[in-house]
Amino acid sequence: MQAYERLKDLARLASREEWYRRIVTPEIEQQIARMPKPVGSFGYDAWGYNENAAKLGLGIVKLLYDKYFRVTAHGLEHIPPRGRVLVIANHSGQLPLDGVLIGGAMAMNPLGPRAPRAMVERFFPTVPWLGGMLTGLGAVIGDPLNCIKMLEQDEAIIVFPEGVRGSGKLYRQRYQLQRFGNGFMHLAMQTGAPIVPVGVVGCEETMPSLANLSPLARLLGLPYVPVAPPLPLPARVYLNFGEPLHFDAAACSEEEVTARVETVKERIRALIDRGLAERSSVF
Amino acid sequence: MNEKKKTVLVTGAAGSLAKRVIARLHGRYHVVAVDFRRKVETDADIPSYKVEIHKRGFEDVFRRHKIDAVLHLGRIFAHEGDRTRRYNANVLGGKKLFELCRKYGVGQVILHSTYFVYGASAFNPALLDEDAPLKASEVTQDLVDSVELENLAQIYLWKAPELNITILRPCNVLGPGVRNTMSVLLSRPLVPVLVGFSPLMQFLHVDDMADAIVCAFEQNKPGIYNVAPDDYVTYQVAVEQCGCRKLPVPSIPPLLPKMISGALNWNAFFPSYLINYFKYPVIIDGRLFRQTFGWKPKRNLNDIFSYYRKHKLLMA
Repeated sequence: MQAYERLKDLARLASREEWYRRIVTPEIEQQIARMPKPVGSFGYDAWGYNENAAKLGLGIVKLLYDKYFRVTAHGLEHIPPRGRVLVIANHSGQLPLDGVLIGGAMAMNPLGPRAPRAMVERFFPTVPWLGGMLTGLGAVIGDPLNCIKMLEQDEAIIVFPEGVRGSGKLYRQRYQLQRFGNGFMHLAMQTGAPIVPVGVVGCEETMPSLANLSPLARLLGLPYVPVAPPLPLPARVYLNFGEPLHFDAAACSEEEVTARVETVKERIRALIDRGLAERSSVF
Repeated sequence: MNEKKKTVLVTGAAGSLAKRVIARLHGRYHVVAVDFRRKVETDADIPSYKVEIHKRGFEDVFRRHKIDAVLHLGRIFAHEGDRTRRYNANVLGGKKLFELCRKYGVGQVILHSTYFVYGASAFNPALLDEDAPLKASEVTQDLVDSVELENLAQIYLWKAPELNITILRPCNVLGPGVRNTMSVLLSRPLVPVLVGFSPLMQFLHVDDMADAIVCAFEQNKPGIYNVAPDDYVTYQVAVEQCGCRKLPVPSIPPLLPKMISGALNWNAFFPSYLINYFKYPVIIDGRLFRQTFGWKPKRNLNDIFSYYRKHKLLMA
């Protein structure tokens, strides 16, 4: 009887190990090892990024990236293989899938993988499990202090300057850029980090929202509650990375900063148009 | 030695950290040991007193010895006294100490504070600098004494520059003999963890902390410094590494773990007022101290955890 139990345990272990191996392929281990990302003796960095969590996360993202959303990425050569960088993109699709896929493209970039860092809403750390999971994958709460210290330590950060204005918009507003916040430009100017603009096409169609139930959202303390499919639809996603933009630190007024933000916005608009032109079918 | 040996007063002398500091100073300085718990047994040439620093008898120590520097390491922890007693000893005692230092011309004071003063909140950015706001009293009344002592020290920092006050805010200090909350916790075989939460933490070996205090004392560069290594690990991993079994405690609603801690009287190792520190990370940036004093921890996380692992094997 005991032997049988032991055998059963072994079988379970083997299958779990097998599952892990199927997701975390040697290729993924190699990509993680190539990333210019310093971690401590237990694989953690100061913001809670964890190498083992990143491996598993990247394994799952790779499946979504290749099999579900069938992502086409152009301009990966514009992501610097090392050094600080801000990746700025348009936000859409209710869930931050665009961030996940941009992160996947950066982490699997054959020209030089980067550990992508994303800024998340402040309420995430208060959610059990989810908070810890996101932190392990490299997400941090969107505090400017976090962002500056990360850029000083040469991290690659994804920022959606539209925030919830972009992700929560309705399907009829698709591919209309919402107001960009100026925060990212101040960070870029302060730390001398180049800005890589990205145009995301396809995420709008993963979760088309017909309406926003704002009273319910207020009740739940969420930014929005969409009337949308319960799961993301398998739309094809096109990512167009543009050439890095450099902005000097010359002190300038908020008006001038806004003008600089507009130039980034224009670039992103052009990159979105390129993606829309390239797309032959939505699904 | 061409100059006269300095006399150094060390409070909290019965503690593991102070013992190590005294051992490092012994011979090079005259050491005077003070503790509120007991008269410490030390080497023959170290005078030792059992005295509470907020009581009148404390001044006699200053009358009897010409004190040149004070290393204030002593503190009453939550499991050693109630809130009022802690306030009296830690805050009023602290004030008394600074006043006595001014009165008797002490040239240097080092205050052993704690990273708890920053407060554990979900909104904390990582790598807190020394000028980050001290939000601990926002979280709980029970940390008011720690924050107040800091405020007091900061007032004296500009009011009495001749005291050359250095405030050290270490992360979790662990190691043989350490009796702080985290050390008591990790010494236990069964350790509470909040379900779904495992915040990032920093740990420092008590020997490294003793080195840091001696560094700060000998180089005398007044100011406020975080003392922490550049290495991180989550709480639940630390618990596993220390050979503890986990006792999952429900984490929502937030009041529940506090009630459980209170009802089961876990005050010594998982007090209700520190629950947030087991939920949200408080990661401090120790760069300023490391660069200013050229100090680096010599023991890594595994060295720290292995003590707790071995300790458990010996008990079994």
